[in-house]
Order: sequence, then C-alpha cells, then structure tokens
Amino acid sequence: MAIAEMTKTITLKINGQETQVREGATIMEAARQVGIRIPTLCFLKEVNEVGACRVCMVEVAGMKNLAAACMFPAADGMEISTNSPRVRKAVKTNLELLLSHHRMDCLSCPRSTNCELQTLAFEYDAQQYHYENTSFRDEKNNIVPAIDTSSKAITRDNSKCILCNRCVAMCNGPQVTGVIGRNGRGFDTYIGSPFSLPVNSTSCIDCGQCVQVCPTAALTEKDDTQKIWDALSNPDMHVVVAPAPSIRAQVGELFGMPMGTNVQGKVVSACRLMGFDGVFDIDTAADMTIMEEANEFIQRFKDNGPFPMFTSCSPGWVKFLEFYYPEYVPNLSSAKSPQGMYGALMKTYYAEKMGIDPKNIFVATIMPCTAKKFEITRGDETPGFNATKYPDVDVVITTVEFARMIKQSAIDFKNLADSEFDPIFGVASGAGHIFGASGGVMEAALRTAADTLTGQSLDALDYKEVRGTAGIKEAEYNLGGQTVRVAVASSPARAKELLDMVKRGEREYHFIEIMGCAGGCVGGGGQPNVPGYMRNEYDIPALRADVLRNIDKNSKYRKSHDNPVVKEIYDSFLGEPGGHKAHELLHTKHEARNVYPPKTLFDYLPKE
Amino acid sequence: MATKAPVFTTEQFERLSDIIDRSKEVKGALIGVLQQAQEVFGYLPPEAQVKIAQGLDLPIEQVYSTSTFYSQFFLAPKGKYRINVCMGTACYVKGAGAMLDQFGIQLGIKPGECTPDMMFSLDGCRCIGVCGLAPVLTINEDVHGKIYSEDVAGVLAQYPKPE
Repeated sequence: MAIAEMTKTITLKINGQETQVREGATIMEAARQVGIRIPTLCFLKEVNEVGACRVCMVEVAGMKNLAAACMFPAADGMEISTNSPRVRKAVKTNLELLLSHHRMDCLSCPRSTNCELQTLAFEYDAQQYHYENTSFRDEKNNIVPAIDTSSKAITRDNSKCILCNRCVAMCNGPQVTGVIGRNGRGFDTYIGSPFSLPVNSTSCIDCGQCVQVCPTAALTEKDDTQKIWDALSNPDMHVVVAPAPSIRAQVGELFGMPMGTNVQGKVVSACRLMGFDGVFDIDTAADMTIMEEANEFIQRFKDNGPFPMFTSCSPGWVKFLEFYYPEYVPNLSSAKSPQGMYGALMKTYYAEKMGIDPKNIFVATIMPCTAKKFEITRGDETPGFNATKYPDVDVVITTVEFARMIKQSAIDFKNLADSEFDPIFGVASGAGHIFGASGGVMEAALRTAADTLTGQSLDALDYKEVRGTAGIKEAEYNLGGQTVRVAVASSPARAKELLDMVKRGEREYHFIEIMGCAGGCVGGGGQPNVPGYMRNEYDIPALRADVLRNIDKNSKYRKSHDNPVVKEIYDSFLGEPGGHKAHELLHTKHEARNVYPPKTLFDYLPKE
Repeated sequence: MATKAPVFTTEQFERLSDIIDRSKEVKGALIGVLQQAQEVFGYLPPEAQVKIAQGLDLPIEQVYSTSTFYSQFFLAPKGKYRINVCMGTACYVKGAGAMLDQFGIQLGIKPGECTPDMMFSLDGCRCIGVCGLAPVLTINEDVHGKIYSEDVAGVLAQYPKPE
C-alpha cells in the first residue's frame, strides 16, 4: 500500500498508443508494455546497462537526437516513435556498421541461427557489404580469425566481437573475477586480458558465463566433439558417456522444444544411436558424491570442523575459492565432483566388472559447464588426482556440443523414442537429480545426513528453504538433536558476499553449498545460449530447474543412500563411505592459487 | 618491440608503495595513482600495474584497461629525448604525417616506440595549440616549428648522443 502510493506512474505515448509506466522506467520497458520489444545487442538487466550497441534507437518528439531506449528514462507526456523512417534507417545503419567489423562466417559459424546479430541483420535487412569490411586481416589482406584458444574451457574470436561489453560486465559483475576487459581505445578497442595475455594465464575460473551472454560467436565453448568422434570410430576403444543432471532439462531447447522439457529418455536413445558402448547417468555418481560428502560432514561434526564445509561439485566455484579465498581451501569438501567420481569408477569398478583394461575405456561426459573441461585436467597439476594412471574422464562436451553431435548424426531428436540408462551405473535417486539446481546438493546431503545422524529413515524430505534461484539462502535444521546451520549461494558475487560475512564473523554455518553460476548448473556456461531479451524477461534457471524438481518428486528413490546401485558399488567394491578405498578413488586435494601476478606475465615480458 | 626492459630500483618501488598507501581508501583513485606511478618510472611497466592492482584491490585487467585507454599513459619506456609530433589538423595538412614518418625512418622505430639505446622515443600527439608554427613538434620542453621531412636530420643533430 505504502509502496504503491510512493511509486508514481507517468503517462506517455509510444507509436501513438498511450501507456503508463512507473517513474524511472526506461523507454525500452515502457515499449514492452504496449507489445514492442525494442532490439538490443548489449542490454542485460542489472548486468550491462551501458548503451553500447546503439541498435535500440528511438525518436522522441522534441529531441534533436535519437535516444538509446535501453538507457533513456521515460518521462511524463513523452511521445516516442520506435519505427519512424529515421529510426529504421539509424538501426539499419548501425547494424551495417557492426557487420563491417565482423568476420562473416555465418554458414558454418557455431552460433548460426542462434546469433543475435544475425537475427537482427535479417530482420532489419542490414546489408553485410554496405560498408567495406575492416575486420582482422593477415599480411595478404585476407580476413582472418583473431582467436585465443589458450583456455581449456572457452574460445575467444575477436574477429566476431561487436564490443557490446556483455562478457566484460558478466565477468566483472556476477562472476567477480574481472579477467577480461576493454583494452585500448577507439577503433583499436578489443576485449582482452591484462597485457594481452592469453586468458588461461589469468585468474579465469572457466565458468563460461561470458559465452552465455555473447550475442555472437566471439565467445564459444571450446569444441571437443572431434575427440569423441575419433574415439567412437576407434575399434579398440570402449566408449562410455554420461549426461549431467541438468542436460535432460536443456537439450530439448536446441531442438525447438519448450524450455523445461524433460528429455532424459531421448538423450539416452541418441547416445546409443551415436554408437556409445555404455550410456550411464552422472546422477548415479551424484548419489555417490552425497554418500561421501555427507559422511565427511558427519565426520567433521565429530572432529569439530573445520567449518563451514563447502561443497566441491562446481569446478567454477572451486577454482574461484582457490584463487580468491585460498585461506578456505581446507574447508572445501575433499570429495570429487560427480563427474570425477563417475570417471574414477568407470576406470576401476566398471573396468573390473566388464574385464576391460582401463586404457581401452574412453570416458566422456556431457556437462552444462565449460569449467568441467578444466576439471578433468587437474591430474596434470595434482598427483594422484586420477584413480588410475589414465585420466578419470577423457573428454567433456557441453550441452551445446552434444546437440551439435546429435545433429551431425542426423538423429531426429524430437521424435526419438525413450530408453533407459544401462543399469550397471544408471539408477539415480531424486537427490542425485536435483544436483543441477541451486540448493540441490545441500538438500540431497541433508536427506542422507539426517538419516545417518538419527539412525532412522525419515519422511521429512523437503528442505524447501534452500530451493529457488535467490542469490543467498539460509536455513537452520535440527538433525538428530544437532543444530545444523546451512547456507546456499550461487554465482561468485553471492559467494563473495556470503564468505565476507563469514570472514567478518557475522555469520556461522556448518555447511555451505556454492555454485559458480547463478541458479546452479541449469544456468551453467555450457548451456544453450538464450537471447538477451529472454534473460531480461524470464528467470531462465528457475524454468529449467522445475524439470529436475519434478523428476525428484516422482523418483522411486529419493535419498542417495537408498539407491541400489550405490549400495552395490559400496558392498562389492568400495567398502564403507569415507573408507580407505573410497578415499583413494573418490577424493582429491585442492590447492591455493595466485591471482597476482598472472602466471605467465613475467615470461612474457621482454628478457634483458 | 626493440626496446630493452629497464631495470627498476627498490627506491622506485618504495615510492610506488607510498603512493598506493596514500590512496588505498580513496574511491576512484586509480587514475591518480597511475599518473604518479608514471612520474616515478617514466612509464607504466607491467610490474607497477600489477602492484597497483594488488594494492588497490582491483582486477589487473581494470588497471590495464585504464592504462591503455588514456593517451597520457605510456606502456613502453620513453627515451631521454621524447619527440612528440603534433597531429592536429593544421600540422597534418602541412605535412606532419610525412615528417613523423621521416623521424621513424631515421631512428629506425615506429611511433610509440623507443630506440634500443633509450635515447629517443617517438609519438604523434594531439594539437598542442601553436598552429601558427605548423608543422610543429616538441622534444622534451623544446618546441620546433615549421619542420618538414627534409629538416628532420637537422633537428636530430641538435640532440647528440653522449659518447
């Protein structure tokens, strides 16, 4: 009531239609109310509000210049035109100018048909050769890519960059790290890292959020699909694959299915059609992660800490902590991520059971995440990271790469019949499925910890306080007489907020779940790109997370320790959760990393 | 770049630490700190930029992005004699472009660079406001007016290398 009184509304006309908006709203917001979606290539609500791309131009009666609708506040009595000849000409010209500095590779570009620049160029009839193309050239004057492939997770090609600033705003805002920025000035401006260093020598956490917001293909996930094709065509290789929890909630989007469609059965069928020898579920490994993590948590209760204990499933978050809060490295759970446990068990348990030499098993995973591509190479720096002398996981592809492989296999995904995972590693509890949404790991761990601490099988399965896409969630539970204070945060900015409160002693927690991307894996860096306007208008992670919550609700088993496959693996192979063998195979060490200076900086400097 | 990275003294880094300490709590202190650091080092070497980022608790990229944006900041060392050729409209139409090229040819460097012996550095700059002397250039504090390509050797001869 009081708020309603305080918020003034203003009346204005857009293309002759009268409308009312709250005071302070932009012209873009006002236009949305009359059914007009003003185009933009840079605007991201609360993240990138800079008016960089100039394609949202509108004409305001009485004003000499056109206004950028994304930034310009609507005012009482304003008369706005969004489609006057002057506006249409300006938008078209501005698009043509962007195209004149863009390497046009549209026929086979990875973002073709899902590129915001391409879409607008088509809609506004912007001609790609109206102005001379000034994109990057080699010495023979051919237009060439300007690619940085140094990162294991992402690829940057500045020849396709339109300097919209979204990636920079994401990297500096929600993702905190700020390892990329605008270097130089004027026409020579480019997106890069300090001292033009390759991005892998900075404190990049590989989260891929820059890829998520890029309107073109200037930033893409590193394409590793060829490695899988090679393995699949190698007769000596037994190739196994497993999709992460959130994959089943997203792949459909890339085949024209509505957001939030569960396609688990089709994912399995598609993998079989592609020729994988084993199709397993990462969610089974997620249940294993819970067994180990809950056990570790209970052990810390006995040993009085160190608290808070942090989850270690999100590789973006783990690297963030290693770089920016190295003092908390001992607080990280030593449990490997579900991907790591799956890989380790494939090369040991599965190899043994099937009688295959681990060197002939090729382990692939499908992840919503670019940072997972880095995670599998941790063995290069941490001795003993891998369970055998071979890498636990050989290759990671993202949701987007997986869809690319399905298309290259000519599979009619949308009309595919459902099939089931291979049972040896393909049964998961609801607890494992919800790993893909923020709060899921916490809820799954609490279900198991509660049963273990009380020694009973409890019916209280819903820890609703930790669900949803809010940045920080806190709760207190009584588990078998113990008061357990927990917190859940997603995105480094929220993690920083939470950690700083803990550091200052304002909050005390026993257990904290953190994910490197807002909303958890459903908002991960390897997920299908969603146009900026959809990000501005919908809570995308929430729509995707609903799928996982529904799978959980309808699952036969809802607690990780009830999963019969998990029981079988412990009984016949690992022994006790947290036991010697489990520790050897399923746990790892984390290390503090240096932000300053970037690791190759002084190699790069001219030598004396 | 043909430039040899100079060696810095501990004293220079101590002065930088003082500058950073004075500005630690000041919001938006970065540009001022970069200016003062440039006075200390003569330019902004990467080591100094990293130290500033660390001291002010900023991402290094933010420092680099700022230092590459403003033309007042130098990322490469400057010579004993800093040649600035005015590229303002009046100078440009009267042949400053060719004159700048001639300096480059005679010194064997490109604009923005410094000779390996650290004697001369060469830059084009914005209008310095003495259009009546166009084409004009400055070497440190000296102003040289009406200088054309053919005059370049004579100008350079006024700045002898110490033997």
